[in-house]
Amino acid sequence: MRRRWFRTVSSYRNRGINPQGFHPSQIKFYLILLPLSAFMLLPIIFIFSHAFKPPDELFAYPPRFFVVNPTLKNFADLFSRMSASSIPVSRYLFNSIVVTVVTVVTSVVISSTAAYALSKKRFKLKQTLFAINTVALMFVPIAVTIPRFLIIERLHLMDTFWVHILPMLAMPVGLFLIKQFIDGIPDEVVEAAQIDGASDLWIYWQIILPMIRPAIATIAILSFQAAWNNADTSSLYITNESLKTFAFYLTTLTSTSAGANVVAGQGIAAAASLIMFLPNLIIFIFMQSQVMSTMSHSGLKG
Amino acid sequence: MQTAKSQSSLVLSLKKWWMKEASAYGFVSGYALMFLIFIAVPVLVAILLSFTFFDTIQPPHFLALKNYITLLTQDDIFMRYVLPNTIQFAVLVGPGGYLLSFILAWMLAQLPKVPRTIFALILYSPSMTAGVAMTVVWQALFSGDQTGYLNSFLLSLNLIQEPIQWLQSPHYLMPIMIIVTLWSSMGVGFLAMLAGILEINPELYEAGSIDGIRNRFQEIIYITIPSMKPQMLFGAVMAIVATFQAGSIGVTLSGSNPTPQYAGQLIVNHIEDYGFFRYEMGYAAAVSVVLLLMVWFFARVANRLFREE
Repeated sequence: MRRRWFRTVSSYRNRGINPQGFHPSQIKFYLILLPLSAFMLLPIIFIFSHAFKPPDELFAYPPRFFVVNPTLKNFADLFSRMSASSIPVSRYLFNSIVVTVVTVVTSVVISSTAAYALSKKRFKLKQTLFAINTVALMFVPIAVTIPRFLIIERLHLMDTFWVHILPMLAMPVGLFLIKQFIDGIPDEVVEAAQIDGASDLWIYWQIILPMIRPAIATIAILSFQAAWNNADTSSLYITNESLKTFAFYLTTLTSTSAGANVVAGQGIAAAASLIMFLPNLIIFIFMQSQVMSTMSHSGLKG
Repeated sequence: MQTAKSQSSLVLSLKKWWMKEASAYGFVSGYALMFLIFIAVPVLVAILLSFTFFDTIQPPHFLALKNYITLLTQDDIFMRYVLPNTIQFAVLVGPGGYLLSFILAWMLAQLPKVPRTIFALILYSPSMTAGVAMTVVWQALFSGDQTGYLNSFLLSLNLIQEPIQWLQSPHYLMPIMIIVTLWSSMGVGFLAMLAGILEINPELYEAGSIDGIRNRFQEIIYITIPSMKPQMLFGAVMAIVATFQAGSIGVTLSGSNPTPQYAGQLIVNHIEDYGFFRYEMGYAAAVSVVLLLMVWFFARVANRLFREE
């Protein structure tokens, strides 16, 4: 009797959540997860493989999944190519990089300052503002494309660099995650600094920012993904070809309605897709542990 | 003398209070301004415009509820294709993707840290691709002639006799849209639920096993989910938003709006169709409001499910 009880408890320890090492009970999960993640990875492996295929492999019949003689030709073609309106591809890439960097930095600054005030300051509208932001977690940007279009037109932002950046800055999820993270910092830390006469700016810069690095990393990733992958802004709000982004350029390569020769352009499109995808992946790999520690604060009270 | 002194101290404390509050408002202002201009005002404008006729050339004129009545009674395409498609897509992708995220997160939580991190990375990575980058992949995989990967694979197995126009076919477009969206649905909500499961105090499980919890399914229902309701709710809201935000996938895949025989036409495409192709902004705004109401309704349901007592 006693032994049976001991066995159940100890087996629970081994097969429980967040185990320390391997246990035979985990085999069933590997049996499900391995094939599934292989399946999930296929399209991504395909991007890598496709981008390095020479023309005869791109159009081989029967088609081959994996590249045999990898070549950089597609990338060379991509960068030596001009778009229909004689803008070099590097220009689109440059635009994307500038837009993304400015968007990420600015949205981190405005979200983290706002989150600090919402978490640690006392002011009248505090609860209301946070409640509004929580409702806005449900916000679907795609639903208000038209009113946004009218507002952007009215503000004379059409065909400017700013239209890439400004609409992406307020990210309710970002503010929410940072605010929850700052809530985890004890109020005493801030109060002690206030008693010492520190200004809010000093507290934010010297105390809060160093403690919320994981949250900052997380919303930097989210805003990076939103900005870097954004092709809609270029197609809706920009007519000046030299202000459009790389994501938009990629859509012109793959969209049949834009008159692109999808078959002939496949190698170039694959190379461009890989350039689109890689930064997302690299940044996430480097920051995944920070993201996970932020996510444990992500709870939403009903 | 006394009153003057108290008056000056009152002024001083008022000033101090103002300084304190002012700095708080200063910290919030940048975000609040952007939120106002690009989130709050657009939603308000959408609601106001939805009661008008507006073609962007003439000023809007008031129609009261006419747009909504037209939408519900006369918009054949909306009723016959867009609404059923949206519901089918939303029901499969929303709860489907959510359930998949939770089950996968739960399985990952049973593994040691290193394999867990690798699997999490693999499962999360599709959600980073956000449509654009993957178009070329889907076009190659589902290409309509025999050089398409899926066609060539099925032909070689003799499962089909001639190539199928996957992305142009009204039969297959919707299932492909659903699979592609499910494939990329392990996003922020998935990570939140994974973190939530890992945060649960292990003693709860031991207590549960003493209290007579016999299998892992009971464990999930009675311990895991109740202990991570806030993360479950966050994940649900993210799943709902992602589902409706993914609305342009049909147009991306088929390369045209409207999609072939409206097979992949979702509410988002309907908005775009009326707003940017027909310039009926008022009507498009009414459809936008319906979309926002749908999101709000589903989020209410999720809220009911995971409210903490």
